[in-house]
Amino acid sequence: MIKLYDFELSGNCYKLRLLMGILGVPFERIAIDFYPGREHKSPWFLKINPLGQLPVIDDHGFILRDAQAILVYLACAYDPSGLWYPRDDARMLGRIAMWLGCADSITATASAARLHDSLFYDFDIDKCRAGAHALFRVLDEHLWFAEQEGNDWLCSSKHPTIADIACFPYVMLSEEGGVSRLPYPAVRRWTDRVKRIPGFMVMPGIFGASPAASE
Amino acid sequence: MPEGSGVESALWDDWHVVAEIAELTRLGRIATQLLGFSLVVELDNRSVIPSVDLESGGVAPAKVKYGYVWVCLGTPNRDIVDFPECADRDRWIVNAGSFGVAVSGLRAVENFLDMSHLAFVHAGYLGEEPHTEVPKYKVATLPDGGIVATDCKFYQPLASPVATEGFDVDYVYRIVRPYTIMLHKANPIDPSRSDMIALFVQPVSEERCVVHMLLAYLKDELTEAAVRQFAQMIFNQDKPILENQLPKRLPLNPRAEVPIRADAASAAYRRWLHEGDIRYGAIPHDLGV
Repeated sequence: MIKLYDFELSGNCYKLRLLMGILGVPFERIAIDFYPGREHKSPWFLKINPLGQLPVIDDHGFILRDAQAILVYLACAYDPSGLWYPRDDARMLGRIAMWLGCADSITATASAARLHDSLFYDFDIDKCRAGAHALFRVLDEHLWFAEQEGNDWLCSSKHPTIADIACFPYVMLSEEGGVSRLPYPAVRRWTDRVKRIPGFMVMPGIFGASPAASE
Repeated sequence: MPEGSGVESALWDDWHVVAEIAELTRLGRIATQLLGFSLVVELDNRSVIPSVDLESGGVAPAKVKYGYVWVCLGTPNRDIVDFPECADRDRWIVNAGSFGVAVSGLRAVENFLDMSHLAFVHAGYLGEEPHTEVPKYKVATLPDGGIVATDCKFYQPLASPVATEGFDVDYVYRIVRPYTIMLHKANPIDPSRSDMIALFVQPVSEERCVVHMLLAYLKDELTEAAVRQFAQMIFNQDKPILENQLPKRLPLNPRAEVPIRADAASAAYRRWLHEGDIRYGAIPHDLGV
């Protein structure tokens, strides 16, 4: 079984739980005492990931770090439909890579703001929030135009891809860093759609779509 | 009330948690805020007693207890709250972490006291539909001041990391200070004993707090890490709810937010704050609804 080195409150760990849940891939969670224990910086964990970061997976001895890289691997290895990462579609792969990069930028801004406010990380909070808003504006505009063309998802496809999974968590947790999503209606509609993907699961800070609305 | 601080003596002259000792040991220095005042807690290599420098240039007394650094900005008028469970050798005494929350600390205390949200916000753990009704419970005043809620029962599918099936869990809540609440909940393996969870809420400002969690759990087959992870998960399910409460300060006028029967403890808490003239983090009666 795949082992996931995991921290419950991490959005980057959550996105892997989310994709594996949706794909129905069983996995074992190895809880790392990230806060306040800083076990991800401990000597034993640095042997697994010298960067001292979560998440990491161990798939029968194949060890991989970096949330976005792991999404690519999981979709290629465990999604027989090929829809989450369409390997033969050059344009789709280009778009996915672009939004995976954007997911890292969201981590560096919206997630950093959350770490500052909630766990007291020493970041420039104004800069983090301004960076998150700049990204959310781009995201909102992109999604609005996609909706006009009848596309629900980030990569202009009829089916969600790993790009949606990659960008979703720290957008959804942004208010914990003081970044409101009120000015971004297309983003809010998109996060609601992600919540209705069959197999969707929650994490602390992210609730499911209301049952009444899905009927 | 001390001259110039503007904060009532009940808070100003009491002890508050401002840091976790393990975190302070790692960092050497932590800058934070208490009751709107900036302070720096530093740990000298030769001492386990931190020194606290105030922005005003003064120093404040500090103590270390239960894994946390406690500070009093005024003149201490009583001891740090006593938790006898922490002396039990068959318990894990766990600092489950400190979380910044953008809401009045009084709101955080009140939310912890509330059973009616358990089946919704903590669905699958501390409650589940359709078991949403909060049976009637008793509320009384503690002899040394404070509020106690007893005979609280709530059906919980996964009440603790060692629970294997759902059961009606017995709860006792005690609010022992305006910003300190403790919960005793029946242990799933030995219901004659309780696990204890205390929240020490650090009022950073009137609308922002840090919640410091202390847990005293019977060791059973548990690990310390499992206790911590469970508590962190549960608390972080509450966090977005807390941060979306408006107004961010707790209204003490009973007409401001309409209580139902399940809110008896919360209503008593608000009344007790009002009678004690606790204003910091609250919207007092005289400021209207």
